[in-house]
Amino acid sequence: MTNSAIRFDKVSRYFGDVKAVDAVDLEIQDGEFFSMLGPSGSGKTTCLRMIAGFDRPTSGSIHLYGQEVSDLPPYDRDVNTVFQDYALFPHMTIGDNIAYGLMIKRVPKAERAKRVDEMLDLVQLAGFAARKPSQLSGGQRQRVALARALINHPKVLLLDEPLGALDLKLRQQMQVELKSIQKRVGITFIFVTHDQEEALTMSDRIAVFNQGKIEQIGSPSDVYERPASSFVAGFVGTSNLVSGEVAKRITGSDQKFSIRPEKIHLGSASNVLTETMYKANGTVRDVIYLGLYTRYLVSLDDGGDLVVIEQNLKTTSMDVLKARDQKVVLFWEKDHISRVGG
Amino acid sequence: MNRLSTYFYKRPALVTLLLLSIPMLYMLVVYLGSLFALLLNSFYYLEEFTGLVVKEFTLSTYAQLFKPTNLGIFGRTAGMAMAVTIMDALIAFPLAYYIAKFASPRLRTYLYIAVTLPLWSSYLVRVYAWKLILSKEGILSWFVHLFHLDSALDILLALPGVGGSSLSLSPIGMFIAFCYIWLPYMIVPIQTALERVPKSLLEASSDLGAKPSQTFRNVILPLAFPGVIAGSIFTFSLTLGDFIVPQSLGNSRFFIGQAVYSHQGTSGNIPLAAAFTMGPVVIMVVYLLIARKLGAFDAL
Repeated sequence: MTNSAIRFDKVSRYFGDVKAVDAVDLEIQDGEFFSMLGPSGSGKTTCLRMIAGFDRPTSGSIHLYGQEVSDLPPYDRDVNTVFQDYALFPHMTIGDNIAYGLMIKRVPKAERAKRVDEMLDLVQLAGFAARKPSQLSGGQRQRVALARALINHPKVLLLDEPLGALDLKLRQQMQVELKSIQKRVGITFIFVTHDQEEALTMSDRIAVFNQGKIEQIGSPSDVYERPASSFVAGFVGTSNLVSGEVAKRITGSDQKFSIRPEKIHLGSASNVLTETMYKANGTVRDVIYLGLYTRYLVSLDDGGDLVVIEQNLKTTSMDVLKARDQKVVLFWEKDHISRVGG
Repeated sequence: MNRLSTYFYKRPALVTLLLLSIPMLYMLVVYLGSLFALLLNSFYYLEEFTGLVVKEFTLSTYAQLFKPTNLGIFGRTAGMAMAVTIMDALIAFPLAYYIAKFASPRLRTYLYIAVTLPLWSSYLVRVYAWKLILSKEGILSWFVHLFHLDSALDILLALPGVGGSSLSLSPIGMFIAFCYIWLPYMIVPIQTALERVPKSLLEASSDLGAKPSQTFRNVILPLAFPGVIAGSIFTFSLTLGDFIVPQSLGNSRFFIGQAVYSHQGTSGNIPLAAAFTMGPVVIMVVYLLIARKLGAFDAL
């Protein structure tokens, strides 16, 4: 109870007839790097905005370290936000932007300057205090937004798709940096994203949102290896979903299951299979050579297609392309499938 | 046709020239040219006996501006322009803020039309309407009487300098009409400035602990200030140059517009009229310099 940073009890938020958030229960632990993952319109941003206080739940209650905050305005909550568009004040210098929270709290000027310098060091922007936001690149603005939030030592830091506007290289670099900053400051981070890779990279736990509800909460490996629903299996990474008659032929049960493409081995009839494996016969329909790995599309003899990914450890593009139209046997560990509902 | 577009594609400078030549020509000849003619005329003088304009360089016409009556005209007009500007800014800001930040897109369109609707009708008609509204037997007096505020109105009209026998014959009435007539020119720029302030900035301020009043002071006002200045340039300069309202409402004391009108008309003193016209130009330049000093254009 005491170490739960955020608790949602049956929180709903309706916009007219639209249930943006639908009776969500959620508990986020102190010091956790928690990601809310989902497609746009899944309710993850609305949840974040309700924690910040920009939106109020239609029903249900939100607790912040045991205190009910549903009716508190944003300026009375001990949380800070890093906005998607950074929301830096264009008429203020970087230093004044970062010091804004302290200025509001009437912290003396000398201490403000000292803490701004510390923050600029933390986000590797020392010497930028006198510049204006318009003189900074996207990545630099993102760091300023982070510094402006962290300088207030909030109990919880909310991040609303903060890396969305950055290019891939910078994004990957910031992912690592964010994680290390979080470890250093020890604050609970709640990170909203639609990028599953980002969520898998940084999070201690992930909540997968869909249509206003949470489909699954778990560690990155839980969510990836053991998707609880076909939505999660499809949204987090790519997955083969097998159901009905085909599923019955393979596993003996017609319950729908998911299997990750990289877990499937591509072999021939000569492979000796153990009792712990499932197998399926098929024909390679398509081969896509992607450098690091190759993606095969295999049509099963029993109907349906499976995507298989194999790393190019020894093979070259010439080798893999020969596989087209070949008869193959697919096999994988029984453990690696996830029975999914819905 | 294809050849032609390719021809222009390869010559962007020519396109720019073609686009700008007509407006630039207009600006140079009609606009700046007439201003220059004005300036030139203000350095001539009127021969008292013949009543003819002598085209010789002199500063004597400008010297006439510094007569107490003429200085009074400048002071009165600038004072009125300032009062109207401040009042319009005070009325416009909350309305513009509501339109920009709270109204639904649909309501915003309606309000925007409502704000600019008065501009669709003749300016003269609106001034005469105010003359009727403010007159002794007008609808405003009727309302004042209805709410038993006659004594308050009497006290107001008894104020020295701004009072008069009735609202329509007092500077107060003029002030009311001016405020009404120029209000749209203040609302629209402020609204535009506020619309350009992303909502996330206001949320960020509140997120960082600022109460609404602090957000207003630290974020909204500085970012909307260029809009207020833009609006004030309209209200201020339009009031400075207007001669219809002072002629229709208010007392017999002259405003700059009336002075220009009468000097160039009945008395045929074009040089003095021109010199009078330079007054608002100088006042506006000073005004803009002060505005720049205050940082009005920093956020542009």
